[in-house]
Amino acid sequence: MAVAIVLCLWGCGRKETNVIRGDREQILFKGNGTEPAGIDPHVVTGVTEHNILTALFEGLVSENPIDLHPEPGVAKSWEISEDGRTYTFHLRENARWSNGDPVRAQDFVYSFRRILSPGLGAEYAYMLYPLRNGKAFNTGKIDDFSEVGVKTEGDLTLIIELENPTPYFLELLNHASWWPVHPPTIEKFGRIDQRGTPWTRPGNIVTNGAFTLKDWKINQHLVVEKNPLYWDAQEVELNEIHFLPIDSIDAEERAFRTGHIHLTETIPLHRIDYYRENRPELIRFDPYLGTYYYRINTNVSPLGDKRVRLALAMTINREEITRYVLKGGQNPAYHYTPPDTNGYTALSRFEYDVERARELLAEAGFPGGRGFPELELLYNTSEAHRSIAVAIQQMWNEALNIKVKLLNEEWKVYLASVTNGDFQISRAGWIGDYNDPNTFLDMWLTGGGNNMTGWSNSEYDRFIELAGRAIDARERFEYFQQAEAILMDEMPVIPIYFYVSNLLIHPSVKGWHPTILDHHPYKFVSLAAEEDTVGLNTDH
Amino acid sequence: MLKFICIRILQTIPVLLIIATLTFFMVRLAPGDPISNEKTVPPEIRANLEAFYGFDDSLWVQYLRYMGNLLHGDLGPSYKYVGWSVNELIAQSFPVSLELGIYAFIIALLLGTAAGVVAALKKNSLADYVPMSFAMAGICLPTFVMGPMLVLVFAMWLGWFNPLGWTYWYDRVLPALTLGLYYSAYIARLSRGGMLEILSQDFIRTARAKGLPEKIVVLRHAIKGGLLPVISFMGPAFAGLISGSFVVETIFFIPGLGRFFIMAAFNRDYTMILGTVLFYATLIIILNLVVDVLLVLLNPRMSFD
Repeated sequence: MAVAIVLCLWGCGRKETNVIRGDREQILFKGNGTEPAGIDPHVVTGVTEHNILTALFEGLVSENPIDLHPEPGVAKSWEISEDGRTYTFHLRENARWSNGDPVRAQDFVYSFRRILSPGLGAEYAYMLYPLRNGKAFNTGKIDDFSEVGVKTEGDLTLIIELENPTPYFLELLNHASWWPVHPPTIEKFGRIDQRGTPWTRPGNIVTNGAFTLKDWKINQHLVVEKNPLYWDAQEVELNEIHFLPIDSIDAEERAFRTGHIHLTETIPLHRIDYYRENRPELIRFDPYLGTYYYRINTNVSPLGDKRVRLALAMTINREEITRYVLKGGQNPAYHYTPPDTNGYTALSRFEYDVERARELLAEAGFPGGRGFPELELLYNTSEAHRSIAVAIQQMWNEALNIKVKLLNEEWKVYLASVTNGDFQISRAGWIGDYNDPNTFLDMWLTGGGNNMTGWSNSEYDRFIELAGRAIDARERFEYFQQAEAILMDEMPVIPIYFYVSNLLIHPSVKGWHPTILDHHPYKFVSLAAEEDTVGLNTDH
Repeated sequence: MLKFICIRILQTIPVLLIIATLTFFMVRLAPGDPISNEKTVPPEIRANLEAFYGFDDSLWVQYLRYMGNLLHGDLGPSYKYVGWSVNELIAQSFPVSLELGIYAFIIALLLGTAAGVVAALKKNSLADYVPMSFAMAGICLPTFVMGPMLVLVFAMWLGWFNPLGWTYWYDRVLPALTLGLYYSAYIARLSRGGMLEILSQDFIRTARAKGLPEKIVVLRHAIKGGLLPVISFMGPAFAGLISGSFVVETIFFIPGLGRFFIMAAFNRDYTMILGTVLFYATLIIILNLVVDVLLVLLNPRMSFD
């Protein structure tokens, strides 16, 4: 009774929702998946963090909001030498830090030195390995940073020298590991290579992006506001962005439905059909640069036999999985690198072919699956991974008469098992760090840290190395084609589907273009109320 | 009494030491570590990172270092949330759990005792069956069902509240209800049982025989004894409520300590696990002490010896 009275007292009317207020005041409310591990661009590694960092910092180049091609950022122009190894950037005079200091070429040198300092232990330091001597400095082989390929000429010219011509170098610059930090702020709170100082706190942090940090309460929200000193501030329409780390995807969907947030990070699997049928204008399935695959431990018999691996790959009905299990517009994968990765689409592909798979298995000594040992399929605990594994378990059993045992492990345990090679087949996914086939193909080099299949092929290694040195784009892609053909012929990894990014988006959000890396430069995003937003609320 | 309290506090120190030691070594036994990530980093970088966190020292050295810092009250840096110390994270999030817990406790106590007492007085009538059926349902309905149901009705259909968040004062209502209703169901059953037992006793019959009005019989004589089971339940209930509920905090997206406690284990955030365990241990020890003192003060048959 008392509860009812309190509730009734309150219930005298509907409140103004975040979305209505946001549309009026140009404040974007975004579900951000999970609490960021930090906002130091040289320390953090995740997508969640990257989504926040793009608001706060700007690198030498920035991204076109539609196709992400590199556009001038802090650098207004640049020249590339003929051998593709030297880049000269001309910084704009009016680029400012949020405290008013000019952004100088020396700030970039300091920043590169910081992330490459061994003491900082930056996990993404390897993104700077294309720099001449970048790897040597990071691994402690040289101590003198002046030997690293970056120097300045005056305050506004930055010259970068690379180990190899790196055709995707400008795309690479859009990764947070290449972004500048404000040297006096870093020094104020600690040494250049000191991890975890409070320099990223509200009130301490100095940034150079379109937004600055306004407020940050752990597990509640992180708020950025428009930076009036940003060189392109007149183009920025949003006044604030509120990142809400809602880690329950069901809670996030409820928040969206009640007008609490404009954008979600993802959609619960069981709500996809509802939105598809009833509110298709609110749901988006954008291609995303990532591949979901099964990793095979080639050191385990009989998986060391490529005929067995091919037979397994050929008997997964990917259309059925994407259409009936995932339902989110994912594309079946018959090669490893996602299609149209910066213009590259693999030509080699295999087919769903049960007959051929049975022949291959028979050739390998298991006619009709007889004598084939039970396989273990490992995945990290998740509803979606389980559903896919169950479907594939059944497909392999029906097509090849192979018994599969499913094993699920909690995330960190799963990581330990995979790293130690303590698995037979494991679920895996790879999201490109930058828009180039290299990020997908160089991981399968012999002994590569992310290879973990035990697979090694010298011919493959040679093609990847040749591609790294090639200057001509077509020649380079030709090497990648050859390498990928070997990969698909040997099948140490079984591609299953290409990712999409699913999200719910309010119609008032403008300028949120589908991009392959799911990057959305916030300076091009704006809000315009169009329809009765409460309409969302009454509909269930 | 002072002696009793001093001895109990002194006993706390070895208990906490044992908890710290056991937790320290147990979390290290779990597979995985705070550094591991989907993308494996080159071995040189991993070595740099291990050096930074001191993982390259032997476990004993790490243990002694941790205990040394602990003596100064320093719980160390969080491995997951770079730039935040465990002390800061607990200081930020515990007050939120405490606030939510206090509201829930008040709701549980008021609703629970009222329903229980009424049910006992009107035994085997509608006023008994209806609240007790609700109480039964309340015990059976876990918070992860109750929470979304309240959200559905009051946030989705009626639009009176936000479905989640902890920004405005009214954001407290639904989570406090979710948590409070669950405990109020227990309290209702406890107080009904306690009251029924008391009401059947001789002294109550005597009071009625003397012609005292029912109101006085109940409020002056019965309720004192009838609610004793509720009072001994209050200690653990209060501890449970203020230590933060992972489920409620996740459903309603509340920045409390319960979420950190669970997530720290998933993240293998060693210092955060240790910090929260020690904090909870201390909290529970203190609360138990307070309840013990209160029980003695309330019950003349007990003493501090």
